[in-house]
Amino acid sequence: MRISLFVPCFIDSLYPNVAMSMVRILERLGHTVEVPESQTCCGQPPFNSGYWDEARSVASHQLKAFADADVIVSGSGSCGAMMKVFYPELFHDHPEEAAAKSISSKTWEFSEFLVNKLGVRDLGSKFEGRATFHDGCHGLRELGTKQAPRELLRHVKGLELVEMSEAETCCGFGGTFAVKYPQISTAMAEVKCNAICETKADYVISNDSSCLMQIGGWLDRNIGSVKCLHLAEVLDTP
Amino acid sequence: MNAPQNDRDAVLGRIREALRIPAPLHHPAERSAGGEPTTAHFREWLPPVGPTPDERLALFTQLSETLRSELILCDSAATAASHVARLASENSWKTLGLHRGELTSAMEPHFPADLERLWVDEGYDKDALEASDAGLTECELLVAQTGSVCVTGPSSGGRVLSVLPPHHLVVARRSQLVTDLTEAYASLAAKYRGQYPSMISFITGPSRTGDIERILVLGAHGPKRLTILLLP
Amino acid sequence: MSALSSPPKDQFLQDADRTTGDSPRRDAVRKALHNYQSARNRTGATFTDWKAARAAAATIKHEAVNHLDQYLEEFERQFTARGGKVFWASNSQQARDYILNLAKARNVRAIVKSKAMTGEEIHLNEALVAAGFGVVESDLGEFIQQLKGEAPYHFVFPCMHLRRDEISDLFNRELGTAKTDSPEELTMIARRVLRRTYVEADMGISGGNFIVAETGMISITENEGNARLTVGVPKIHVALVGIEKVVPRLADLALLLPMLATAGTGQHLTGYNSMYGGPRQPGENDGPEEFHVVLLDNHRTRLLADPEQRDALHCIRCGACLNVCPIFKNIGGHTYGTTYQGPIGSVITPHFRGLQDWKHLSGASSLCGACTETCPVGIDIHHHLLHNRRNAAAQKPAPGEGLLWKAFAVLMRRPALYKLATKFAPLGSMLHPLIQGTAVDPVIAWTATRDFPEAARKSFRTQFKAHQAAKQQGGVR
Ligand code: SF4
Repeated sequence: MRISLFVPCFIDSLYPNVAMSMVRILERLGHTVEVPESQTCCGQPPFNSGYWDEARSVASHQLKAFADADVIVSGSGSCGAMMKVFYPELFHDHPEEAAAKSISSKTWEFSEFLVNKLGVRDLGSKFEGRATFHDGCHGLRELGTKQAPRELLRHVKGLELVEMSEAETCCGFGGTFAVKYPQISTAMAEVKCNAICETKADYVISNDSSCLMQIGGWLDRNIGSVKCLHLAEVLDTP
Repeated sequence: MNAPQNDRDAVLGRIREALRIPAPLHHPAERSAGGEPTTAHFREWLPPVGPTPDERLALFTQLSETLRSELILCDSAATAASHVARLASENSWKTLGLHRGELTSAMEPHFPADLERLWVDEGYDKDALEASDAGLTECELLVAQTGSVCVTGPSSGGRVLSVLPPHHLVVARRSQLVTDLTEAYASLAAKYRGQYPSMISFITGPSRTGDIERILVLGAHGPKRLTILLLP
Repeated sequence: MSALSSPPKDQFLQDADRTTGDSPRRDAVRKALHNYQSARNRTGATFTDWKAARAAAATIKHEAVNHLDQYLEEFERQFTARGGKVFWASNSQQARDYILNLAKARNVRAIVKSKAMTGEEIHLNEALVAAGFGVVESDLGEFIQQLKGEAPYHFVFPCMHLRRDEISDLFNRELGTAKTDSPEELTMIARRVLRRTYVEADMGISGGNFIVAETGMISITENEGNARLTVGVPKIHVALVGIEKVVPRLADLALLLPMLATAGTGQHLTGYNSMYGGPRQPGENDGPEEFHVVLLDNHRTRLLADPEQRDALHCIRCGACLNVCPIFKNIGGHTYGTTYQGPIGSVITPHFRGLQDWKHLSGASSLCGACTETCPVGIDIHHHLLHNRRNAAAQKPAPGEGLLWKAFAVLMRRPALYKLATKFAPLGSMLHPLIQGTAVDPVIAWTATRDFPEAARKSFRTQFKAHQAAKQQGGVR
């Protein structure tokens, strides 16, 4: 299968290893991975801030960048949700509505793609350690992703997965919310991270790097010993 | 101050203006198959109740326990009355509020002579009712799915008898136990044919509150105890 | 009406700073809501199909709200035929005047009130007290808040933020009762104080959870029995109800009452669910002589006029969206500064009280969607927060921010420029000069409490190119 990866800006420059892991995993499964050169951003930041004209302008560029993709896979549930769920709304009654719907139907979050599209559960990965999983809200509630990442992690040899008490509670990132309302965002991070620490896990794994930036940012400042990993990084351990 | 004008036409006008553009139903995927849901379907979604009378009673019994209602199965009105007498002596009741009904009238002669009866049927003194120790009523129905007692003015001595005294006693027959609220409303509709009593109330357990730290306390304003005497 | 000392947003930010810093209070609220959550999960699990039930509940409310004029008229016809009086109020002033006028005309001496958020909304108590009437709130939580002189913290659990020792101190100070740490004893103190008021009051004021069109009834849901007494003992009953509360048929309550209870408190059914159709009827031994229903618009028709957000009027005020909201749990109910707190309050308040003044509530959300997921009538709550943001920006772009997103869009449409930018640094630093040092400067806001990851030495694109090149030479595995 020819797979087009969407790599949002922050993964590109802050977490390149996440995207490289996705590339390696998909290639090992025998697929061809492309990274369309002209892609930039899905448009979520202005969209969530209420600037839909600007968001549409960014998103319209994205529609063109992925126009000839067969399937699009994203390593962030949040960006995935933007393209899959919000593009049709953003382009409702606009000339590019059909293109937006087409992109929407082709877009997958990484773990859902592996489990529900490719039917893969066991990647033969090995990873020693105790970990807990954080459900990114957009993946969980916009895309309905809950079991797929857990299914994949259950098959990782050596990994002990423990559920935390607030697994489905938001980490408080929320894009620009994190800097517009830093006091609330930080209080939410604290609740989340306390739940993580209670599990005595060495790692917190998520399928959304933006959540991990928030969780990691708080943990590094206040705790230091718990490490953040993207699901792809854990699975990329043959 | 002059009586303010009734803004009926203005409000209705704004509503009609607003409704000129229709609104979509969100989440259409979750709509039930086969179009508009009707009340007949509620039963398929709500907590299940077994089809037989015994299963209904079993569920009602179980819920009464969780709700901390006291359910007592009695074989006759006389037995039911003896339970009232026992409660009266255990709690040193002086006055019992009650109304005339088939079951209450059958029970009343068996009550201790020194238990004062406050009949509410022809009206009553509010202070005296407030000061009475318990209220005995009949009811319209019992609801298995929720563990509720349905009272109305005509069936249960008015609006207040079932809620003002600190202990509410209900006497009912097993045949009054219905499956769920849907059946309860259907049965009330058939009985009253549009001429409903001014109050229909589903009582589910003794009065309760969780307002302080979400900790359950019984007897916030209404009855601290609810005793259901169930006759064959 | 209380004048706001500072603009709503400034007040909100100040209060949020304070409340997010109050860890003991946040812990207590979380603990109380944890108990709620387990009860709700337990009861919800007994449903054969919660999702189908929710879709049906949404459909019933959709039908009601989208034929609001017809159903309200039907209610009025049925209710007046049974001897009730209906007053339609466009705004809070009219509603207050009607009730005040009635109280004066009937020489009312004492008023007892059961819980009504519409009363909070129109500042009814203040108006009655100013006119010389004594009003006692009979719901325990409202009674406590009234004694404390404070607005409800949560529209279903009014005093959930208070610890028992604080309530004990309050009772000790205001009622002269002995201190106790037992919730049971505290409840009994309130019971003793309040019981006489039912007998002495000559007017009872209630809200209403549902208006039943078919049979001309007001349905009231409660746990304590205080509403039963409030509308059962005094000789006049006034129900102050929002126009959106209508349901078409009495039998619809067979679904909506269990759903309200399950979502609201985790009960199968709350203690008392009562439907009142008119004053005392011929042949009845008690009940009020008069029953007035005040139908309150107060800008609900503005929300009705927005088809996109009209479903916000489906709300049955169960409070579930507050109970699961991480924002509510961390900032608490008072920080909102609104009658209706939490996610649904953030959606509807801008419609009721002005978008520009209240848009910050829609901004103060991570859009996690827990509210929408839990809502028993399927309101698209968190998406409406997005809609409010969009409408606010379209109406009046925020200074600086509009420019920022324009620049953002320009950059994102030019891949070459974008690549150049990300080559040197994370994107943020490109745009940062635009807002450096301003109130929205993200760098300070982030790094004050959190570390920021360092940019990788080689971006993904660089690594991927090398990977492709190596693969072409047949070297990679
Ligand atoms: S919006 Fe939904 S969850 Fe929130 S109070 Fe209303 S009905 Fe309940």
